[in-house]
Amino acid sequence: MLSRVAENIYWLARYVERAENTARLVRVNSHLVLDTPSGITPGWAPLVEIAGLYNEFHSVDRESNERNVVRFLIGDANNPGSIISSLAAARENCRTVRDVLPRSSWEKLNELYLFAKENVQSGLTKSGRDNFLDGIISGSQQIVGLLGSVMYRDEAWHFARIGRNLERADMSTRIIDVRSTDLFPDDLLESRSLDTLQWISVLRSLSGYQNYRRHVAIRVSRAEVLEFLFHNSLFPRSFMHCIDAVDESIAHLENADAALRGIRAVKRTLRQTNVGEMTQASLHEFIDELQIRIMQLHTYLAKTYFPPPLQLDEVG
Amino acid sequence: MPIELKDYDPGPFFDEMMVRKNRARPLAKELINLFRKMNSGELAARQDAADLAIKAMGITFTVYNESEGMIDRNWPFDIVPRIIDKQEWDRIEAGLKQRVQALNLFIDDLYHEQKIIKDGVFPAEVLAESKNFRPQCVGVNPPLGVWAHICGSDLVRDADGTMYVLEDNLRVPSGVSYMLENRLVTKRVFPELFETYAPLPVDDYPTQLYEMLAALSPRSAKRPAVAVLTPGIYNSAYFEHAYLAMEMGAELVEGRDLFVDDDDCVYMRTVSGPKRVDVIYRRIDDEFIDPEAFLANSILGVPGLLRAWKARKVGLANAPGAGVADDKVVYAFVPEIIRYYLDQDPGIPNVPTYRCMYPEERQYVLDHLAELVIKPANESGGYGMLIGPRATKDERRTFADLIKKNPRNYIAQPTLGISTVPTVVGHSLEPRHVDLRPFILSGRTTFVTTGGLTRVALRKGSLVVNSSQGGGSKDTWIVDKG
Repeated sequence: MLSRVAENIYWLARYVERAENTARLVRVNSHLVLDTPSGITPGWAPLVEIAGLYNEFHSVDRESNERNVVRFLIGDANNPGSIISSLAAARENCRTVRDVLPRSSWEKLNELYLFAKENVQSGLTKSGRDNFLDGIISGSQQIVGLLGSVMYRDEAWHFARIGRNLERADMSTRIIDVRSTDLFPDDLLESRSLDTLQWISVLRSLSGYQNYRRHVAIRVSRAEVLEFLFHNSLFPRSFMHCIDAVDESIAHLENADAALRGIRAVKRTLRQTNVGEMTQASLHEFIDELQIRIMQLHTYLAKTYFPPPLQLDEVG
Repeated sequence: MPIELKDYDPGPFFDEMMVRKNRARPLAKELINLFRKMNSGELAARQDAADLAIKAMGITFTVYNESEGMIDRNWPFDIVPRIIDKQEWDRIEAGLKQRVQALNLFIDDLYHEQKIIKDGVFPAEVLAESKNFRPQCVGVNPPLGVWAHICGSDLVRDADGTMYVLEDNLRVPSGVSYMLENRLVTKRVFPELFETYAPLPVDDYPTQLYEMLAALSPRSAKRPAVAVLTPGIYNSAYFEHAYLAMEMGAELVEGRDLFVDDDDCVYMRTVSGPKRVDVIYRRIDDEFIDPEAFLANSILGVPGLLRAWKARKVGLANAPGAGVADDKVVYAFVPEIIRYYLDQDPGIPNVPTYRCMYPEERQYVLDHLAELVIKPANESGGYGMLIGPRATKDERRTFADLIKKNPRNYIAQPTLGISTVPTVVGHSLEPRHVDLRPFILSGRTTFVTTGGLTRVALRKGSLVVNSSQGGGSKDTWIVDKG
């Protein structure tokens, strides 16, 4: 498989996953706001941080209010991480590799992009938001499902799977990081019901609430939620599950020894860490370390499998 | 309200479906009857369904626009098929095979002994001024002796019903993917007509293309590594490049995916290291394919590609230099070229063509600018043309100067009364002008597509069928009524 194609498929999968995760994030926050007692606002600013877009957001002088943050995350073409930009980038990546992907995946992605473009205005209204976000989430899931059910299990599939799971792992840690600190002012967290509300919202952001209740515990507690989101290898959005998937797919590639060593070191670190008992500060440090590891993994993949970056002096 | 064809008026033109208003040609009867049974809302609904299918299938073409940059437009398609009788088609097919065979002999001769010039049939000065003659290719013997493996010839029908060849596209002709997609869309829109007409299938093309390309492989592998070389997503025909690669199971590559090593072989950069490529279907013009041999600042190409081809380490289609026969002045000589190499009369006539390089013919052109279409030798896509009857005095004066300055670069043809086909306009059918581009593959054998791509000028009265300038397309049916 062509190096350039591998890179495009990897990014295509990452961007689709990013669009879906961003939609989940906005949806859960919207619901959380509705559940919060009046007078307390959990705020919208943390979403910008979760997405790692603090600088992009504040490059323009604006308040982190609901309207601005939602617009920024959903429909701002100047924000490279917005849903609309992610889908546009996914589509551009797909366009150049449509000969190696199942034909219907291009059609579905094209459809999803057009849906986003045509409905983004209604997505910005409070009443239209849920419909819009549901459309994005189910559209992304259709694409992932389609690839899973018809794609030939060759390198193309593995690059898509690596891209999707790295993005998901990265986003999961971001959600945990920011959601576990900034949601409510500290003095309010004394209140048990608000604490629970906060962790439920973390689980919901990752579609893990139902699974947690069924397989872990009825009571929602910080230690168990963290344990579940980092270590539970059966929950498909847990960090461990994502890293397992990346591990498995990298093992199918040639020249993968060093990448495999890298990923297995991450798993070892993860297994040796008791996240449930960590203080907020050390959890934050630990998450930082994981994110750096994910970035290193990406750099390694790029060096081994992707084409050399175009040198400006080559262009002349 | 049912669709009425009482007001359908093709005027002085030959209409492919109607003899005159309200009277269908025998072959089009069932089609026209179907329309008569439809009400106007249903016609529009079927056209909408087709447009929707095209949007969902992502059938697009790319246009570049100064203000908006790159835009991906949905492929404009008209649902009314154009029907051609198989008996007529068989004659056209034979004529096209003859034509392409002669053109290949002509190109091979130009890069070797140039007998046709020595024998005084083709003027040396035309070759001397040809923009597409590549001295780098002199003396090369491409596999199977073929230079133009893929040719797209444009056919038009004049008012008296005669089919003419308007031009031969031998560089990187496009449109065949739309021919294939049009059929898929029509199957969705008019399934009932397929039972009545049983149009001959067109979907054999990708297999034929692959086999022709595979025959150019320097190695005798069971499944040679074939790649489609595209300039990239900003090219107007990118959709087609990706489509054909996918249909053939070939790699779609850009210049930066390939390199030529010291052994003169061409390799792709893959995730498991370099992998040799046997045959390249290049959709990049000669000048850009190899900065080592042609334009040094091209970033689309692959340095050393010509060297690899000359060393017979890779097959290239079309061969570099094949474009020498894709030139509107050379076109004017094609009947002589056919007679010279094959000792046969042309099966399909050329449009009468005046060559401005000859003083007498030039004088005629200058005296009759208002009646003629003037075309530059090396432009495609309908650019740089003058349509005499529609031009202003100023435009005609400008062209007269251009011709005098560079007579070799211009030819002129009478304005043809190009034929029409009923086309959906809102809720009714109106005549619109069409041409036809069949594709001819030359390898071990010669293959002609069943029909081709019918392009239609969607604007009323317009003769310009190019998709970049408001043209659309139709499905083309070759029908055997025995």
